Order: sequence, then structure tokens, then C-alpha cells
Amino acid sequence: MAREYRLRYIIKEGFFDIFYIWKDELKNIFKDKGVIILILIVPLFYPVLYAFIYNNEIVYNAKMVVVDQSDSFLSREFIRKVDGTADVRVVAVCGSMEEGKRLLDDKKAYGILYIPSEFSKDLNRGQQATVSLYTDMSALLFYKSILLATTEVSLDLGKEITKRRNPASTEQLQEITVNPIPYQSIGLFNSQNGFASFLVPAILILIIQQTLVLGIGMLGGTARERNRFHTLVPISRHFNGTLRIVFGKSLAYIMIYSIISIWVFAIVPRLFSLPQVGEPLDVLLFILPYFFACIFFSITVSGFMTSRESPMIVFVFTSAMLLFISGVSWPKEAIPPFWRALGYLFPSTPGIQGFVRINTAGATLNEVVHEYQTLWIQAGFYFITSALIYRYQIIRSRKLLHAKYQLMKSQVARKKAIPC
Amino acid sequence: MTIQEGLYRIWLIAKREFYRLSHTPIYFFSMLIAPVISAVFFLSLMKGGLPHDLPIAVVDLDNSSTSRNLIRQLDAFQTVKVNIRTASFEEARIAMQKGEIYGIYFIPENFSKDAVSGRQPTLSFYTNGTYLIAASLLYRDMKTLSVLAGASVGLQTGLAKGYTEDQVMAQLQPITIDGHPVGNPWLNYSVYLNNVIIPAFLQLMIFLVTVFTIGSEIKYATSREWLRLGGNSITVSLLGKIIPQTLIFTLLGWMFASLLYGYYAFPLNSGWFPMLLAIFLLVVAAQSVGILMIGVLPTLRMGLSFASLFGMVSFSIVGFSYPLLAMHPTLQGVANLFPLRHYFLIYIDQALNGRELYYSWTQYVSLAAFLILPVLIGQNLKKALLYFKYVP
Repeated sequence: MAREYRLRYIIKEGFFDIFYIWKDELKNIFKDKGVIILILIVPLFYPVLYAFIYNNEIVYNAKMVVVDQSDSFLSREFIRKVDGTADVRVVAVCGSMEEGKRLLDDKKAYGILYIPSEFSKDLNRGQQATVSLYTDMSALLFYKSILLATTEVSLDLGKEITKRRNPASTEQLQEITVNPIPYQSIGLFNSQNGFASFLVPAILILIIQQTLVLGIGMLGGTARERNRFHTLVPISRHFNGTLRIVFGKSLAYIMIYSIISIWVFAIVPRLFSLPQVGEPLDVLLFILPYFFACIFFSITVSGFMTSRESPMIVFVFTSAMLLFISGVSWPKEAIPPFWRALGYLFPSTPGIQGFVRINTAGATLNEVVHEYQTLWIQAGFYFITSALIYRYQIIRSRKLLHAKYQLMKSQVARKKAIPC
Repeated sequence: MTIQEGLYRIWLIAKREFYRLSHTPIYFFSMLIAPVISAVFFLSLMKGGLPHDLPIAVVDLDNSSTSRNLIRQLDAFQTVKVNIRTASFEEARIAMQKGEIYGIYFIPENFSKDAVSGRQPTLSFYTNGTYLIAASLLYRDMKTLSVLAGASVGLQTGLAKGYTEDQVMAQLQPITIDGHPVGNPWLNYSVYLNNVIIPAFLQLMIFLVTVFTIGSEIKYATSREWLRLGGNSITVSLLGKIIPQTLIFTLLGWMFASLLYGYYAFPLNSGWFPMLLAIFLLVVAAQSVGILMIGVLPTLRMGLSFASLFGMVSFSIVGFSYPLLAMHPTLQGVANLFPLRHYFLIYIDQALNGRELYYSWTQYVSLAAFLILPVLIGQNLKKALLYFKYVP
């Protein structure tokens, strides 16, 4: 049996080629400034930027103006209490609605609390009093803060008034009339409803996928532009087996992204005190298939990139949509079936869903089993497609080489045939 | 060069540009397909305005007719759908971690008995802040129900004692709040988001296309030919190249506007003109920023990276989801460098609130001021077009 057909030799050569391709890919990555930006600088810099943008988590001191037409002890008490909350700051108290509106127009305030002239009278007469709230809808969070603060204050003050009005024999009896069924609201996870804690973990996961797609896509496009027949694989002894190429290249990306993920998943969240209630082992086990799925997905996609710039034009704009398709900000129950189905093509969809639940809601792998399985299925599926793509490319470049060889041979033969 | 010759040359380059646009598929994709896909995506995603039927679990330890009535009322809220009824809080919590539900409503043991005998049983509700929108919508409805539950008990006792309903309500809730979310009274997320996010995609694609169209001239070494056609004037060459795209992007933007304010009838309190003008200015401002990007980084891939990063950050820094005023003061300054920020402020004042144009003129001027950028970078760009060698 010839040496090259022996299994031991094939395996040995296979491993040798994997490491050759791995080294070659690392060289390609570090030689190319464009790729370095995408798969090193962006994953390092973007998480910090986003964490910084949303770092304040919640809106404090939303600016509000009060139009106080009652101008009574009770109305002033109301205003003082609203101003005392952390959510709202009363920037001005004015006498007319026009004045209040002008402050809104000038962006000096984002909401008007209107206390009508009969406010105090109604309350003293034992009737229900109504205050009105006009909010600028430029930012939903301002609206929420203002509404929340005024509601709390109105309930509080309301209870006090009722108590004052009907003195009961005992403290407890009084409490019962005012508040027959008390209630409490508890935020189970991300309990202060922080914006960074909600959005940044999802962005971290998305950045991994998007930078891999762009980086690997750019490498693929470059290879296409540079290689002899504009195919994905160079003509070289080492690039002769599909699995070698896929494994060799993936190894290079895995290595770089393992280091990056320490930064993205361990250091950045700590720097900005983002939630990290998941078990580190669960996070690790979950991230693993996500990496595989992303890498093989990217390799598959890179097969369709004919120039090095096309991935950016084709893929950057999908980021915002993928964030929404994942169902973290817009609940998945409200996503139309078509988009939900489409979402399953991207590793980021189960990746984000599963990760935020482990990381922010303390789920274990048991609770994210659906997402976990989906990721493995995606990894398997895209592994096959990426192998197919390379298989096709190897055959194509061989064919092209062969055709070229035949052409040259016939040319030489013709030249020889014609006497000089 | 006389003005007439200049115009003629601009026309020549524009013709060349139209040819290039129609013969390179990537332009078709980036100038039409991508923006349209994003608009269709977000408009169809938020078609209902608000998500409804969000699943929750009820932990009912009381299991009486009162508690079942309470659950029925909870289920009747448009936002809420009671998916799980259980007697185990543990089970509900696990369902929450599984992502099956977004909230838990807890009714304690002996709730109905305690309620009528004045022992003040406490109702509790739990939300999952991992999903912020779902959590805050459910918080609102579960809280309303709890207040109502208290009120109904109070009402019963009150009526039994012979008070009128008005009197009882005045006792239970002496002060009520009458909310007026101005401009978007339905709290419709589609109105809230799509008015900004669709222009944000437009801006992103304008950055990319502008950088691509100039950068690929350098990459494929056609930049000298282009410049020669413009009589070696960078102004003429740029105008000829950019104007066809300005036309296409502006028309596309106006089409989106007609979709938002016409078809979907989103609030347009200013009339059409201020918004159409803002869209046109957004387009030219974004193109100017694009020219600056490729002028500073004349390698196509670098220019495109710059465009991508800048374009993506604008989704956040514009401050429509998380208000800019709540961000770090540095970012509040930086935000002015993004054309979309000024567009957003114009939208707030004009379409949403219908304020006087006087309140927006600084934003219109700011958008127009971006036109200075190509002038500043012009000579640099010309040098790049003439001498820059593309290194693959």
C-alpha cells in the first residue's frame, strides 16, 4: 500500500495541515488592519462604549414643571413630595398652563403637573380630586419616571388625608380603612429595572457574532480577491482537505475569541457592575456552542462574499434587527411568526435569549435547554454547510487549475508545432 | 472653469454615476433593499403598537371564588395572559427563568377570608427586569389590579356601611391622576420607535454608500479618470458623484415619511414641509459625514469600518430609547456630531409636538452645517484620489 493511503499517515498529515492552516489564518488576521479592527478592536472597545452609554441605568430627576392653581397647603405639600422623589425634580412652579407649555417648548422641562383650583376644596369636602399630567413623549423613560413619582405621591398623600379625615380608634383600624388590601411589587431580576443591565448583556453576545461575521467575511473576500482563480482556497498542498481547512481556520478564531470573551464576559460586566448572577460554568458551557455556531455560520456566509468590503455593507445593518428578533427588548410572543422563524437562522437569537436568562435571571442550563439545543443544532448545520462550501471551492480551484494547465499545454504544443 | 462648463461636467459625471449605480448589484442592495427591509421589519414587528397577551403565572394559594375572580380580571387585561396557574412559587420562578412567563402574581393563603375580616392580606407581584418592556407593561397592569382589588373590598365595606360610591372612592383614593401623554396618547411603541429607527437605518446606509462609492474609485484605480471628467476640480467631481445618490436617498426618505405619516397616520402636527425638509437635510448631512470619513481614511475597508461603527452608535446615542440627558455629560456633547440627533430633535418639536419652527431652527442650521465637512476635507481627499495607492 502506498504511503499516502495509510490511515496513520493521513491522520498525521491532517493534523500537520490543520496547524499549518491555523498558523496561516492567524498570519492573515494579524497582517490585515481591517480584520484587526473588526475582530480585535471592536470587541474590545464596543462593549465599553455601550456600557458607558447606558451606565446610569435609570433616569433620575426628570424635569417637571407644576402649574399650581390651587396654591393651598395641600397642593404645596403635593409638590414638595413629588420633588422629594428620586425620579422627578420640579424645576418651576408657575401660575398658568401657557407658562408651563412654554417651558416644555424650551426643553426646560418634560412634563407638566396641573393642579386645578378646586384641588384643596374637593379634598376638604371629602370628594375625589383630580390632578392632570401632561408629558412630552420624546423619551418614554421620562414619561415613566414622571408618572411613577406622581402616582406614588398621590397614593401616599391620599392615605394621609383619609387618615386625618376619619380618625379611627386604633392605629390598626385606621390602616384597614385606608388600605384594606396592601400590595407589594418585587423585581425578581434586574430589580431596579436598569437599562444597561437589560440591554448591554444582549449587545455583548451580539457583538461576538457580528464581528465574527464581518471579520471572517472580510478574510474570505480578501482570499477571493487575492487567490489565483478568485476562489476561496489558495492552491497549496496544505489546503487539500475540507476538514483541515475548516478545523484549522476555526482553531484560529476560537483562540482569539477565547481571549476576547474573558474581556467581554468577565471584565467589562465587572467594570460597570452589570448583573452576573449566572454560574460561571453554565455561562462557559453555553458560550461554547455559541462560538461554534457563530464561527461556522460566518465561514458559511464568507463563501458568498466576493469582495472584502461586501460583508460590511450586507451585514452591519442587520445588527439592530437581530437584537429585536432575539426577543429581549420586544417580547418574543409579540414577534410575527415569519420573523421568529427567520431568527432561527442566526446564532444570536438563541444566544442572546439563553445568555441573558443565565447571566441576568440566574437560570441554569436546564432552564435554557431549548436555546442550548438550538445552538448545537446550528453549530452542526453550519459546520456541514461550511465544509460543503470549502469542498466546492477546492474542487473548483482544482478544476480551474487543471483547465489552465491544459490550456497552457496546448499553447506550448502549438508553439512547438509552428516552426520559428 | 466657467459655471456652464462646471454644470456640464457635473452632468457628465452624474450620468457615469447612474450607470455605475445601475450596474453594480451592491448599490441596489444597499440603497434600496436594506433600508426597505429594515422599515418593513420594524413596522411589521410593532404593528400592534403594544405587545399584548404577555404570559404570566398566578400562584394562587387561596383558591376561592374571590381569587379566581381576581385571576379572571387579570386575564382580561389586554397585555396579560395567565398561562400558568399553580400553587408552587418555585414552579413559577423556574418558568420565569425558562422564559415562559414574564411575571408572577401571588395570592396568599386565606386571602378572601382575611380580606373581608380586615386582616389586610398582602398581594404580591413579581416582574422579570431582564425583559424591560414586558416587565414594565406587566407591572402597570398587575399594580392596577391590586389597587382595584383593594378598592372593591373597600367599596363593599363602605357600601355596607351606607356610604355612596363617590364617598367611598374619595376615601380610598382621594387624589387621582389624569394622564395625558402628549402626541402619543396610546403609548404606541411603533410611533415611538419607527420615527427614529427608520431614519437611523437610512443614515447608516448613506454613510456606507458614500464611503463605498468614493473608496471603490480609489480601490479600483478609477479615481483619476473620475477626477479628469470633473476637470480636475474636486468640487465638481464630488457634486456629480453625490447628487444622484442625494436624489435617490431623499426620495426614499420621503417615501418612508409618506408611509409613516400617511399610511400609518402617525402624529404629524407640523404639516409635511418641516419633516420633508429635515429628511432632505439629514441625507445631505449624512453624505457630508461620509465624505469626511473616506477623506480621513482613504482605504475602503477603513472608511467602511469607520462608517459602520459611527452609524451603529447613532442608534444609541441619539437618545430615543434611553434619554441623552440621562447619559454622561461627555456623550451629551458628542451626540451633536451625529446628524440623526438633530433630525430627532426636529421630529420631536415638529411632527410630534407641532411646535413653532422657531424652536427648531438651530437644529436645521446644525444639519446644514455638516456641509462644511466636505469643504474641509476636500484637498485631502483630492490628494488621496490622485496619489493614494490601494494596498490590498
